[in-house]
Amino acid sequence: MQDFVQHLINGISLGSIYALIALGYTMVYGILKMINFAHSDVYMVGAFASYYVARWLGIDSNPSIGTLIILLLTSMFFCSLLGLLIERLAYRPLRNSPKLNILITAIGVSLFLEYGGQVVFGADPKVFPDVMKDFVLFSGAGIELTSFDITVLIVSILAMFALDFLIYKTKLGKAMRAVSSNPSVASLMGVNPDRIISFTFIVGSALAGVGSVLVGMKYPKIDPLMGMMIGLKAFVAAVLGGIGSISGAVLGALIMGLSEEMVVAYLSSTYRDALAFGILIVILIFKPAGILGKYSVEKV
Amino acid sequence: MKNLFLSLILTLPLLAGCTKNNNEIAIGEFDSMTGSDATFGLSSNKGVRLAIDEINAAGGVKGKKLALTAMDDQGKNEEAVSAVTRLVTQTKVVAIIGGVASGRSKASAPVAQSHQIPFVSPASTNPDVTKVGDYVFRICFIDPFQGLVMAKFASENMKMKKVAILRDVKNDYSVGLADVFAQEFKKRGGEIVSDLSYQAGDIDFKAQLTQIRSKNPDTLYIPGYYTEVGLIAQQARQLGIKVPLMGGDGWDSEKLSEIGKEAINGNYFSNHYTTESTDPAVSDFIKKFKAKYNETPDALAALGYDAAKILAAAIERAPNLSGPAIRDEIAKTKDFGGVTGKITLNANRDAVKSAVVIQVDGKNRKFITTISP
Repeated sequence: MQDFVQHLINGISLGSIYALIALGYTMVYGILKMINFAHSDVYMVGAFASYYVARWLGIDSNPSIGTLIILLLTSMFFCSLLGLLIERLAYRPLRNSPKLNILITAIGVSLFLEYGGQVVFGADPKVFPDVMKDFVLFSGAGIELTSFDITVLIVSILAMFALDFLIYKTKLGKAMRAVSSNPSVASLMGVNPDRIISFTFIVGSALAGVGSVLVGMKYPKIDPLMGMMIGLKAFVAAVLGGIGSISGAVLGALIMGLSEEMVVAYLSSTYRDALAFGILIVILIFKPAGILGKYSVEKV
Repeated sequence: MKNLFLSLILTLPLLAGCTKNNNEIAIGEFDSMTGSDATFGLSSNKGVRLAIDEINAAGGVKGKKLALTAMDDQGKNEEAVSAVTRLVTQTKVVAIIGGVASGRSKASAPVAQSHQIPFVSPASTNPDVTKVGDYVFRICFIDPFQGLVMAKFASENMKMKKVAILRDVKNDYSVGLADVFAQEFKKRGGEIVSDLSYQAGDIDFKAQLTQIRSKNPDTLYIPGYYTEVGLIAQQARQLGIKVPLMGGDGWDSEKLSEIGKEAINGNYFSNHYTTESTDPAVSDFIKKFKAKYNETPDALAALGYDAAKILAAAIERAPNLSGPAIRDEIAKTKDFGGVTGKITLNANRDAVKSAVVIQVDGKNRKFITTISP
């Protein structure tokens, strides 16, 4: 039972990291109906940006809340900038071409960033700066709860609420929803779809930036291919929760984190990914649009 | 005319590959200079270069200078194969030093074997590597021995009874050490309470560690590479696992303590040599290495150095520069006084030598004991 609670904590902590990245996938999908495969590599660039900035400022071994905030802002800034650039240069020219072209371009951008990153940053893993002191918040009855677990969870939940507020309570959010449901009608109503789409990329990429600092803090090893697996899992989490749905992405990510954890705990560590993904396939058979996704019939 | 021109262009690189400087003996080296275990290749390469510079400064081999061509395999099996192919077919090397990682040596050695070019691995400890063929040698001990060393150390020196194993299933090296450790530890009356796995590249190990924690082992045996071991150590301490961790020479990197921070201190691993040794050969090597690179050599640098020295000695003894002649001389290596101990090659082309157990203390490595075969 003690173990079960510990596994629960581990799984939720892992899931909240997937959630931050899954939010970016789901936002872009919601508005453009495209899967931005480069998202996980924007996350990688965020980690490297904060690594270099921390070294440049000389705060790479100065763990404090101040360091955390500086690195979060740095990473969010560079990620937003990169997200914006990718949208402008790679996706916007293809806005009116078939969906498949954008999809292939997204994969291309992703590979470009991964392997370009190996040239620019070097392929060997770097050690992420000390962001915050990790300390045990609660220990006893065989359960260890550390400050990192809580920080990651709180930041993910805050990000989710902030996003929810932005989309459902602000004018900008209304414009985003309008573009999502019909870009041409939205533009007739005075909304500039290009600007709204750019804004979506900025917000989504900033979330990836937050994720990169939190992951770097918790697992202090970063390399140019770090986005691959975590991006894949976050993407699957977004699909599982119902792609396009904000709370769905978070729910999906938590399920993903927990199922990985429980597979190792009670079945087999060797088949962790296989079984975790297997569980997802089973869920999708019964809920094809994802848990919170709306299933809409395409009218031809 | 156009065809002639085209064929000229196409054959140029081939011709360039054939031009050989008669005053030089070409030696090839390949290793991971980039990738997740880049420090292995970089260290080994520094050791090799130090040895070759020394040999050349002392007049070279057979009156000729040794010319080293080093290639990067990026930590990938397929790149290792193409590096060896290029060294053999284009650079026309007489012998190859290569492959710290067992997987890459095993993948690329067949190329050298089929061209009858001697292949000396400085640090590939997986038993299968030298089974590729009679041109493949190694100057380090093999995995069963490292597993045996730690099993002996855990049960005899530390008097431990219960051990949990956490192995990297994607890695031949890790699986090899873990298997032999389990077998030898059980033979000595110990119990393996848990045998779990992870995959290189994973960053979260808490599920496995929580599982292990419930079994209350006396130690965790983690024969993986430093990047994952650093993270595992941290997460083990976060979960309140306080027993020492143990591993093999895959831990030996400066990055181990950078990633693992305080969590990695006080843990043990088996290795080829220690800088604390009082052997004059070792202190001499450390002095020269520090003078050249301004850093303390790790075991892989020492092995790279010994590999180059053994190879050069064999080339010197060989009647000519053909593959078979050099091969025969390498095989005759006996009681070679290297930095990593007295090296004798046995009939399986594996080195027979002792190992040391080392305790991690930040960047320092504390010598604990020597364990003989």
